[in-house]
Amino acid sequence: MADYESHSYDVIIIGAGGAGLRAAIEAKGRGLNVALICKSLLGKAHTVMAEGGVAAAMGNVYSEDNWQVHFRDTMRGGKMLNNWRMAQLHAQESPDRVRELEGWGALFDRTKDGRILQRDVGGHRSARLAHVGDRTGLELIRTLQQKAVSMDIDVFMECKILKLLQDAEGRVSGAIGYWRPTGEFISFTAKAVVLASGGVGKSWKYTSNSWEGTGDGHAMAMWAGADLIDMECVQFHPTGMVWPLSVRGILVTEGVRGDGGVLRNSDGKRFMFDYVADMFRAETAESEEEADKWYDDHTAGRRPPELLPRDEVARSINSEVKAGRGSPHGGVFLDIASRRSAEFIRRRLPSMYHQFMELAGVDITATAMEVGPTCHYIMGGVRVDADTTATTVPGLFAAGEVAGGMHGSNRLGGNSLSDLLVFGRRAGMGAADYVEGRTGTPTIDHDELEAVVQESLKPFTRETGENPYDIQRDLQEMMQSNVGIIRTGSELEEALVELDKLVERADNVAVKGGRVYNPAWNLATDLPSMLTVSRSVTLGALNRKESRGGHTREDFPKPDPEFGKVNLVLSQPSGGGMHGEIKISPEPLLQMPDDLKVLFEETK
Amino acid sequence: MADVTMRIWRGDDKGGQLVDYRIEGNEGEVVLDVIHRLQATQAPDLACRWNCKAGKCGSCSAEINGMPRLMCMTRMDQLPAGPVTVTPMRTFPIIKDLVTDVSFNFEMAKRVPAFNPPPAPEGGYRMAQVDVERGQEFRKCIECFLCQNVCHVIRDHEDNKAHYAGPRFFIRYAELEMHPLDTNDRRELVRERMGLGLCNITKCCTEVCPEHIKITDNAIIPLKERAVDAHYDPVAWLGRKITGRKKRSADEAAALRP
Ligand SMILES: Cc1cc2nc3c(=O)[nH]c(=O)nc-3n(C[C@H](O)[C@H](O)[C@H](O)COP(=O)(O)OP(=O)(O)OC[C@H]3O[C@@H](n4cnc5c(N)ncnc54)[C@H](O)[C@@H]3O)c2cc1C
Ligand code: SF4
Ligand code: SF4
Ligand code: FES
Repeated sequence: MADYESHSYDVIIIGAGGAGLRAAIEAKGRGLNVALICKSLLGKAHTVMAEGGVAAAMGNVYSEDNWQVHFRDTMRGGKMLNNWRMAQLHAQESPDRVRELEGWGALFDRTKDGRILQRDVGGHRSARLAHVGDRTGLELIRTLQQKAVSMDIDVFMECKILKLLQDAEGRVSGAIGYWRPTGEFISFTAKAVVLASGGVGKSWKYTSNSWEGTGDGHAMAMWAGADLIDMECVQFHPTGMVWPLSVRGILVTEGVRGDGGVLRNSDGKRFMFDYVADMFRAETAESEEEADKWYDDHTAGRRPPELLPRDEVARSINSEVKAGRGSPHGGVFLDIASRRSAEFIRRRLPSMYHQFMELAGVDITATAMEVGPTCHYIMGGVRVDADTTATTVPGLFAAGEVAGGMHGSNRLGGNSLSDLLVFGRRAGMGAADYVEGRTGTPTIDHDELEAVVQESLKPFTRETGENPYDIQRDLQEMMQSNVGIIRTGSELEEALVELDKLVERADNVAVKGGRVYNPAWNLATDLPSMLTVSRSVTLGALNRKESRGGHTREDFPKPDPEFGKVNLVLSQPSGGGMHGEIKISPEPLLQMPDDLKVLFEETK
Repeated sequence: MADVTMRIWRGDDKGGQLVDYRIEGNEGEVVLDVIHRLQATQAPDLACRWNCKAGKCGSCSAEINGMPRLMCMTRMDQLPAGPVTVTPMRTFPIIKDLVTDVSFNFEMAKRVPAFNPPPAPEGGYRMAQVDVERGQEFRKCIECFLCQNVCHVIRDHEDNKAHYAGPRFFIRYAELEMHPLDTNDRRELVRERMGLGLCNITKCCTEVCPEHIKITDNAIIPLKERAVDAHYDPVAWLGRKITGRKKRSADEAAALRP
């Protein structure tokens, strides 16, 4: 057997975004031996791109805000499909997690009396997002990164994990991967593994996600026997750039709307007033005058409809474009120029200003932006226990975007960054508790390891075969048109057939050149997870015969109360990796205790 | 649209050469878009780094027509007509094609003594917006390392890397030094062990910073002034002795790190 570089740790953490870093800090703080592994350089994960802010009911701007209101907003935003316990812990703990960052060097924007300033975004009743201009994610990841570095946590950068390894009892006991800069393989044994690998957006054509968002963690968890839930719940953010084509999908922060930006169609009309669902009517403004008063004083009027939850806004934009009232490049107009001073816009939204100026040649202080929906975030993910983040496989924990449940069928803006902090910490604690109670030294199966290595090298052995970029492009186009923002049964059926063909093609990928920093090979090794995750999303979408949150079925346009009571659980009972059969079955949601149920009855 | 010629450095740590590629141009594209299309069609193993495609992550640094820039923020239609030359950052060892070994920067990050605030009062720290703004300017840094790449102190003298933090880390020291809550004194450390004195304020770093951070004016020069104060100003020193020093000394702070 070949000899590979190998390491042994108490806990390995796969992913160095906000969730992974926060987990590493916690586990290291417990005195454990911790490794942090990521595909890019440290500090470049998706978290760095987050713009608008981090949600926490600190009540710095509206003192009446509290965790119950945040909890209620989160559950309603998720159309009640959320794991209530996660939503509760998240609402209760996020204020402390945000304040803790200040002790580690973060510098948030301030209120007049020197506290952390909070901004409005959709679905939150109160101004709740702590932020730094529109580069909050950068502040968050850099703060955590600097803290982790100061704790001497071992970091393996540009190292891709291919598969989790398990011992004879099925406990997760390590992982195998390779260094991207050298192409050499590396194995880890560990008493516990935390997945913090982020999202899946790269399988769609128009997305705000980077090359990293291939769903490796979702796929590896399922391959190892863990359950995934509600994978059909994918968030299309209402405002991505639409032009030039090459930047289509790049995010325009919701902070634009929170700070006064409004959506208009080609007639100049603020069309969102026409799309207020019954569930939100009582708290949404009826006229432009009423809405405009709200920005300065939330008691003077009700919320503008532009700040409805993202699923509502994205669908409305989609309808306007379909009705022929879109902008020249197939979006709608997002107008802050006519509503706020140039100085205000540049101060509050500096990176949006920069982004449009440089990439589209548009000055957002003078002209409206063209925007349209972009694949952004997955609410579904690995099924976890709320308190410990334990998955259904012993020794495996998951936090951040890779974990499911917290956001139900739709996530509110700012609730991801806070999710990373709250559940990243809990993953570190959960893994540490597990390690302390675990007996025996972890062992890995070397035959399995060798099989993974050989499989991943096959593309080099084929003289002719498929170009991995072609497969990726075809997958993205197929998912965009068949499993996009509006879905229907026949197209989803078709998608499953197409996925079979794509898997077959992926079996025949050929790559030239060496293993040193070879992006074609790197992509070839991403395809199995992209295909596994795409199939999971498609199966979920086909089986959830209703519309709820981020999942919209043209053939079942309304929410169905029966589906509102279940999670769709996906698993691979007989293994098989990207070829394995995926089983899907509904299971009842966790039951919310009565003292929390009251919160929803009062306000109906 | 008309075809464009991309002249890209291909090679590894053993050497390489510029290779020309012809490819059609598309409206509104940035250099990184064209590189991506080359990867998907003509050069699948062409190595480059990227993540955000929007100037936020600092991954895609390279030299475009000799100018250090982010590939994702450089519009093709704003470059002069003719071939577009893309080469890796010069100051760091080559891994492959446009990808360099930037580990020097991560090593320097480890040597920064950690932020050390007093315990937080009930309800969190209070800081005024004006006081956080100075630090916020430096915290805009996306770690593209373009400033490190152009600084002649390391570009021309490889051996300086052992004792020269470079502009990216001077702003980090400045940020901590100006942080309303920090209690570590890093002034002598940055002067004596991080090579602040080697910087002769050429401002090349400021010129290339994609975040428009005024590295020299707002960080390096004030830091130099403060470091001099720390060293020579007996009154300030005496003052600290008498009033009970609030900050840890440079030696104490340095001892906290490798
Ligand atoms: C443009 C943009 C703007 C956003 N704005 C906001 C906002 O304002 N507020 C908000 O709350 N949310 C926002 N979000 C969402 C939020 O940023 C993400 O959901 C969140 O950062 C995900 O964090 P994470 O820690 O789960 O994973 P990521 O930050 O995605 O990190 C994943 C990590 O896992 C690693 N990884 C993945 N697979 C492997 C593997 N096989 N081997 C090794 N490592 C691996 C990656 O290298 C990376 O380090 C935004 C997202 C985007 C894209
Ligand atoms: S000003 Fe100083 S740090 Fe900046 S490039 Fe010149 S010598 Fe280097
Ligand atoms: S200071 Fe500017 S040039 Fe230097 S690394 Fe940071 S962003 Fe890049
Ligand atoms: S890809 Fe992120 S800065 Fe260029």
